[in-house]
Amino acid sequence: MNSLLKRKSRGDAWFDIINYTMLTIIMLLVLYPLYFVLVASLSDPNYIYSGEVWLFPKGFTLDGYERIFSDSSIWIGYGNSILYATLGTLIGVAVTVFAAYPLARKDLAGKSVIMWFLLVTMFFSGGLIPTYLLIKDLHMLNTIWALVIPGAGGVFNVIIVRTFFQSSIPDEMWEAASIDGCSNTRFFWSIVLPLSKSILAVMVLYHVVGFWNGFFDALIYLNDESKYPLQLVLRNILVQNQVNSGMMIDVESYAAKMRVTELIKYGVIMVSSLPLLILYPFLQKYFVKGVMIGSIKG
Amino acid sequence: MKGRINVNSTTSGTDHSMIQPKRKAWSRFKRDYELYLFLLPIIILYLVFKYYPMYGVQIAFKDFSPSQGIWGSEWVGFQHFIDFFNTYNFWTIITNTLSLSFLSLLFGFPAPIIIAIMLNQMLGKSYKKFVQTVIYAPHFISTVVLVGMLNVFLSPNSGIVNHVITLFGGDPILFLADAGWFRPLYILSGIWQETGFATIIYLAALAGVNPELHEAAIMDGASKWKRVWYVDIPSILPTIVILLILALGNIMSIGFEKAFLMQSDLNYATSNIIPTYVYEMGIQKAQYSFSTAVGLFNSFINIVLIFTVNRIAKKMTETSLW
Repeated sequence: MNSLLKRKSRGDAWFDIINYTMLTIIMLLVLYPLYFVLVASLSDPNYIYSGEVWLFPKGFTLDGYERIFSDSSIWIGYGNSILYATLGTLIGVAVTVFAAYPLARKDLAGKSVIMWFLLVTMFFSGGLIPTYLLIKDLHMLNTIWALVIPGAGGVFNVIIVRTFFQSSIPDEMWEAASIDGCSNTRFFWSIVLPLSKSILAVMVLYHVVGFWNGFFDALIYLNDESKYPLQLVLRNILVQNQVNSGMMIDVESYAAKMRVTELIKYGVIMVSSLPLLILYPFLQKYFVKGVMIGSIKG
Repeated sequence: MKGRINVNSTTSGTDHSMIQPKRKAWSRFKRDYELYLFLLPIIILYLVFKYYPMYGVQIAFKDFSPSQGIWGSEWVGFQHFIDFFNTYNFWTIITNTLSLSFLSLLFGFPAPIIIAIMLNQMLGKSYKKFVQTVIYAPHFISTVVLVGMLNVFLSPNSGIVNHVITLFGGDPILFLADAGWFRPLYILSGIWQETGFATIIYLAALAGVNPELHEAAIMDGASKWKRVWYVDIPSILPTIVILLILALGNIMSIGFEKAFLMQSDLNYATSNIIPTYVYEMGIQKAQYSFSTAVGLFNSFINIVLIFTVNRIAKKMTETSLW
């Protein structure tokens, strides 16, 4: 049967050639912009301006990175993002996992009511302004809590973890444990969690990436620049063209400023995305796993 | 400890909630009280941060004043909705929102299906893995960085895209300052960022295609192309339909983030969509009631859409969300 699947006609050979060529082109289209940012961030901005940088850095320089790293706003942004991601992930994963376990149990009374209570929020929501007014009334504006608490325990994540529990922790296991006098809490801590390391990893990754890349909540709820996460700092530089004067202290002419600004932009893209892009190939299988479990109908 | 053992609950597999008499409910609740404690945080969070804002939606029908609060403010009926329908740019906003979502869907939805089918036909395992790793990667780039990349690539003086255009003798294009370019850029960058990652679900569906179907097709002399067309695509059709329903149901809730970041006074004519309008009126101009009414109108259309699409899908393909 294997040899049967491998047998090729001439049409099939063409099919393979075209398929491989097109996929290679698609891959290069995806890869090149990322690669170009790297190359440009290491090149003399004059060559970027004249369009001479294509495949390799030209006029190699670390000037952009030196300017970026000597500026405090990037570091503050980094620090804030790490803080928000750590705290947000802890709270988010805890709420999600605690909610998912009871909902995975077949014998929980009122389970479907609670499930609907959660699911309804996928279709109906108060929307931006009522939520904003609530955060304001709770005096959570301009605090870290506005970023890490309101969104904790998203329905979709709860469903993913619940599905995992249902398929990997058989009910018989709890039945056996409860006969031996094990309490629900103890069962959860010493049996369920140790058996669920992979889904915990998936949830941690989802949350960390979400907090690392998110900027909407910070945009709405924070107004103190010293609390800005990295993405808001980046927005000022990349989108609003507000490069901190600290990065430009020695640059005189307007034209030179424009050039250095470009260089700094390429650099900050690298600096902010690199941690994820470096880690990502190692973590890829967990993301794929998360998407797969998530796609199983809840 | 012994008191917690309940003989009824230990018979495996079946759900007893239907057959047990009501007086058992209390004992079951007592037995499982820890599980309800587990659920307590999420229930409180949802009551406060999801259900209370739903109660707050009534300000769309009131003249909200912060001093009088949600309940104390005066009812004005549908006045804010009427005001919204009568704003001079009402139709522009609706058209912008709908065109952006439908065009994104039209071009963005088929892309991962096609690429997943192509990947599925790859024979070399390690090269396939490499291609996958690369095309998933942009998913992990933040929206801010993505828009930042658009800014540097499309810059009229220094951007690589305009260098290519001038190399071939064209004139530099002011992409981000041109309302006509907003939609193509929004859609193309979306395809670049999300297509790869979206292939995962289709690849999983393709991996589940019964190999006997392929063997039978080969026996009948089917070429690879024919097997894709007559075996692969029909086999993953239910997955496609489900994802299409979900996508159509979200048509009105296209992302705020990228449109907001790409928006400028110069492309406002096409980039002014409902989510950015709600933000502008509500957060920046503090017109709380009006903005809530606009948001509510948007969710209303969205809900009508998802129910309609789901019903149509159920009739035509017997696949539906519920």
